[in-house]
Amino acid sequence: MRTKRRDNILETIRMIDEECLDIRTVTMGISLLDCADTDIDRSCEKIYKKLTEKAKDLVSTARDISREYGIPIINKRISVTPVSLLASVSGGDCVKYAKTLDKAGKDLGVDFIGGFSALVQKGMTEGDRLLIEAIPQALAETDLVCSSVNIGSTKAGINMDAVKLMGETVRRAAELTKDNCCFGAAKLVVFCNSVEDNPFMAGAYHGITEPDCVINVGVSGPGVVRNAVKEAGPEASMNEIAEIIKKTAFKITRMGQLVGMEASRRLNVPFGIVDLSLAPTPAVGDSVAKILEEIGLEECGGPGTTACLAMLNDAVKKGGVMASSNVGGLSGAFIPVSEDAGMIAAAESGTLTIEKLEAMTAVCSVGLDMIIVPGDTSAETLSAIIADEAAIGMINNKTTACRLIPAIGMDAGDHLVFGGLLGEGPVMPVRRTDASVMINRGGRIPSPIHSLKN
Amino acid sequence: MRAVISVVGKDRPGILAFVANNCAVRNINIVDVTQKVLQDLFTMIMIVDIPEDLDNFHKVADEMEHEGDAEGLKIHVMHEDIFNAMHTI
Repeated sequence: MRTKRRDNILETIRMIDEECLDIRTVTMGISLLDCADTDIDRSCEKIYKKLTEKAKDLVSTARDISREYGIPIINKRISVTPVSLLASVSGGDCVKYAKTLDKAGKDLGVDFIGGFSALVQKGMTEGDRLLIEAIPQALAETDLVCSSVNIGSTKAGINMDAVKLMGETVRRAAELTKDNCCFGAAKLVVFCNSVEDNPFMAGAYHGITEPDCVINVGVSGPGVVRNAVKEAGPEASMNEIAEIIKKTAFKITRMGQLVGMEASRRLNVPFGIVDLSLAPTPAVGDSVAKILEEIGLEECGGPGTTACLAMLNDAVKKGGVMASSNVGGLSGAFIPVSEDAGMIAAAESGTLTIEKLEAMTAVCSVGLDMIIVPGDTSAETLSAIIADEAAIGMINNKTTACRLIPAIGMDAGDHLVFGGLLGEGPVMPVRRTDASVMINRGGRIPSPIHSLKN
Repeated sequence: MRAVISVVGKDRPGILAFVANNCAVRNINIVDVTQKVLQDLFTMIMIVDIPEDLDNFHKVADEMEHEGDAEGLKIHVMHEDIFNAMHTI
């Protein structure tokens, strides 16, 4: 019994010390609905006051918990009500909202603040339009603000007018930040079936069905899963590997649950969810691609990748579900190319292509994430890629997203470096065929037949 | 507060005494100890009671980990709940 306990303790310490196990983020969701005002400056004042009051102890509490339990908590973040709702009341220049969020975030010491968002899957209000128009400038003139726009859902179909607009917006966001590695586009996600309690950036926002304030936690741990698979050796069958991943996901999630409950208790804010996602970082050994390779692929992106990823994603969910009282968010395996050392290598060698990534997004969360495309990729082509990805989400009843970064002035084979958690990566080639007639049609792709469940 | 002190390092005489002494001077009560030497790698797990005071815990944990570094030992001081959460249903 004592030996077992000692082994458990040493296992936990090894996971943290050597396998990059960490809490990726403690995200506080804060509703801004009570900050709406017909005067945009008054609205901004109320937002600043509410954020700095609600989240004043977020960073110090996370630091205390981290020290006490010996677990690194990498990011402290805030998500807010989609700002387009406030813009609908106030009108005016939405960049003001972004600057207010940025200032509040900096004064609080958080790493990111998400919710410069609009939900336009079925149509656009004036507030939505104002917000989307402001996105490129808002992202260029702030540091911490992240933006997301939901352009489709299984229930509503795909808003093709919004898809067209978002292709242009992504391009513009990159252009305005071309001297800063096109960073604007890295803080902008275009969603289909976005979720309201996602703690991960850039897509986090605080949905209108959420309480006034809530704590959500995102865990990480690709390194731990990879090591567990490695220890099983090449003889283990696929169902044995799935079982190992399940058990590992259970342990990782329990840690997230503990930290979330503790943060919620100390901050006196209800506990929302644990997001089970395996989120890679550019650090050596913290890679989802390397898990797939450990399962038995020569390189991520080759034949077999989609099957391995489907199994991984499912096993992570199965293990995590029992470990937490509330599972939510995106919960699966992330495949952001520039944030994952294995993906970067596979993209550089040409094994991993955008088309293969598209197939992979059909079986995992979330989508075409952190993909650097040539700088001369047209807005219509970006829109067409967004539409393809949204179609996968709409038909499969899952969240999909696009975070594409047009590397202005660069071409396929060049290399763009963001640094930090966002990493770096090669510019990936995009097919050049023209989709502008399709994109310019606008309108809406109707919701699929299986959305009619009542 | 119940905490776990883990110690890993190259085996030599006096490691247990060094850690135990560090506990004694801080009024930390040792509840359980398991230790093992594999080849020449020393590993030890101590379950201890730390006097209830949060600032005190942070200070003690930092100091003990630094003192371990100076002796070539990797010491972690962590709240016991993390291990219970991860390894028991």
